[in-house]
Amino acid sequence: MSDARTEGERHLARTEPQADPRGHQDGADVRGRRTGMFGVRGSGDTSGYGGLQRTVVFPPPAERPYGGWFDHCVDTLLARVGDPAAVASVVVHRGELTLHVRREHLPAVVRVLRDDPDLRFELCSGVSGVHHPEDVGAELHAVYHLLSMTHNRRVRLDVSCPEGDPHVPSIVATYPTADWHERETWDFFGIQFDGHPALTRILMPDDWPAHPQRKDYPLGGIPVEYKGGTIPPPDERRSYS
Amino acid sequence: MTATTQGDPYAAGAGRDAAGGRGDRVFTVTGQDWDEVAGALGADGDAERIVVNMGPQHPSTHGVLRLILELEGETVTEARCGIGYLHTGIEKNMEFRTWTQGVTFCTRMDYLSPFYNEATYCLGVERLLDIEDEVPEKAQVMRVLLMELNRISSHLVAIATGGMELGALTVMTVGFREREQVLDLFELITGLRMNHAFIRPGGVAQDLPDGALDAVRAFVALMRKRLPEIATLCNANPIFRARLEGVGYLDLEGCLALGMTGPVLRSTGYPWDLRKTQPVCGYETYDFDVQTWDTADSYGRFRIRVNEMFESLRIVEQCVTRLEGLVGAPVMVADKKIAWPSQLSIGSDGQGNSLDHIRHIMGESMEALIHHFKLVTEGFRVPAGEAYVPLESPRGELGAHVVSDGGTRPYRVHFRDPSFTNLQATSVMSEGGMVADVIVAIASIDPVMGGVDR
Repeated sequence: MSDARTEGERHLARTEPQADPRGHQDGADVRGRRTGMFGVRGSGDTSGYGGLQRTVVFPPPAERPYGGWFDHCVDTLLARVGDPAAVASVVVHRGELTLHVRREHLPAVVRVLRDDPDLRFELCSGVSGVHHPEDVGAELHAVYHLLSMTHNRRVRLDVSCPEGDPHVPSIVATYPTADWHERETWDFFGIQFDGHPALTRILMPDDWPAHPQRKDYPLGGIPVEYKGGTIPPPDERRSYS
Repeated sequence: MTATTQGDPYAAGAGRDAAGGRGDRVFTVTGQDWDEVAGALGADGDAERIVVNMGPQHPSTHGVLRLILELEGETVTEARCGIGYLHTGIEKNMEFRTWTQGVTFCTRMDYLSPFYNEATYCLGVERLLDIEDEVPEKAQVMRVLLMELNRISSHLVAIATGGMELGALTVMTVGFREREQVLDLFELITGLRMNHAFIRPGGVAQDLPDGALDAVRAFVALMRKRLPEIATLCNANPIFRARLEGVGYLDLEGCLALGMTGPVLRSTGYPWDLRKTQPVCGYETYDFDVQTWDTADSYGRFRIRVNEMFESLRIVEQCVTRLEGLVGAPVMVADKKIAWPSQLSIGSDGQGNSLDHIRHIMGESMEALIHHFKLVTEGFRVPAGEAYVPLESPRGELGAHVVSDGGTRPYRVHFRDPSFTNLQATSVMSEGGMVADVIVAIASIDPVMGGVDR
């Protein structure tokens, strides 16, 4: 508890259940927490909003039956991969199927997804990185969207790795199209795709020092001075949290 | 001619030459001096292998694309792309603005198909909000109308710039002349020729202005007369065919391995069009045909683009018919916690806020003012989760991976831009061919660097 907080803030903080930031209690996928309301710090805010705390909870793992073709897809995949631990959890949200794949199993999983006639995800739409700095042990996510033209289906693979060990196996051997996408994700998030033929920066200059799309990388900008007052860059302005 | 290394900042090999190292000499070729440069190299046994850096400022590379070509004579042995010259950090910037303001950023990515960028982003946000079924019919029809007009304008630029890069300048002037007609329609409907930010989460920004449907009808009639001109000019033209046929060949397996979609994939004869296979915005209710070709080369892609413009005209006509029956219907979701509160109307200066709305919030209702202020400054919250709703853009599968953490701003938006993915095929399409065919192959991919680099 910070001493700068008012009594009201402390009260609000007490009434909120203290969740473990990485706790998956009740099956919830908690990936962070938000405090306050307006992004103001240390201003002596007495409104009480400064003490608000909310956890960032992503959709929980789905329970069987998943519905539609999802069950068959997951069963077939696990049977062909031969290791039920390959898929950590299955999430069905807004009609989209997401498989959280353990990173060491990724090459085997994508190979089965592409080659098995019952799955046949021929096309990889790309790789997208997501950074959850408060999701301890799984800060960096590589998200793959696969498309089966044969069966007209889509599946999303979510592979996470800790910031301290940012390694994910490359899938270029299975999907050559992932070449540039993995380079882009390395460029912006610093995920190292092991086995990639030439993992170099692609959009940022070769000698750029860090990975700009990480959440701790500042947006930058130029403070604008107007009649003596200054307008800070967008990422330093007050904002709703 | 400046075929020396003096004063050339890129002449990295000059110093090593002096030190007795390998002679990686750098020449700057400025046009019409190739013979002199090549002649000077003739005696040098080492000079058979030439690496040519083409672009990023080169009129034939379709924007700021840099090509690194390894040549043997006029044959390309290796081709690589250098990209990133137009990277503007749009995805990062979107994380610092509200969900609605995100449209203003992403519309600028692929600047030839702005409505598709906006639509795929908004559809992702709507899926997370779980309001996909609540978006009014008129908004969906207007989205389809604008997207199909946009497909026409985008394909016209693809054909026009492709023709220019071949030296067929008439194709360029014809293409840009017709595109101007589409941009006039965009200006009439959205107020802007490009970068519209018109499609918003929950619907579209504004209703159709008076006279818009008449203008679209006149446009369709004009295009039905003029589009055949391009076909007449090019389809059977022996020079045009000689330059395009068999160039940039990529078969179906190659397309799937490299993630190619759009006209490149359809030129292999595979009728994959997301408007038919995974329709959004009510595309399943429109009557149109998927265009394919079976040559898997640049000529096939050109023919597909021309044919697709005719199909787009058919869809536009159906949109006009539907919009005639939807006069006065809402264009934004009814949920006032999502719908943009502000209203615009044309004042004496041609732009401005609706005076009725200003009177209401400033003079009549304190609550309306609070509501307006909260929604405009803070925005709405989107439930945590992720969504991916791809569209068939003029260049292929365009999708936005939208991630929300439950806040008022996008947590992460990643755009799967078809230009970025398709550009990977440059090597396979052009290696082993002639230098001049590299240009044709890239033009047949039709990459837009704003979308590639984002």
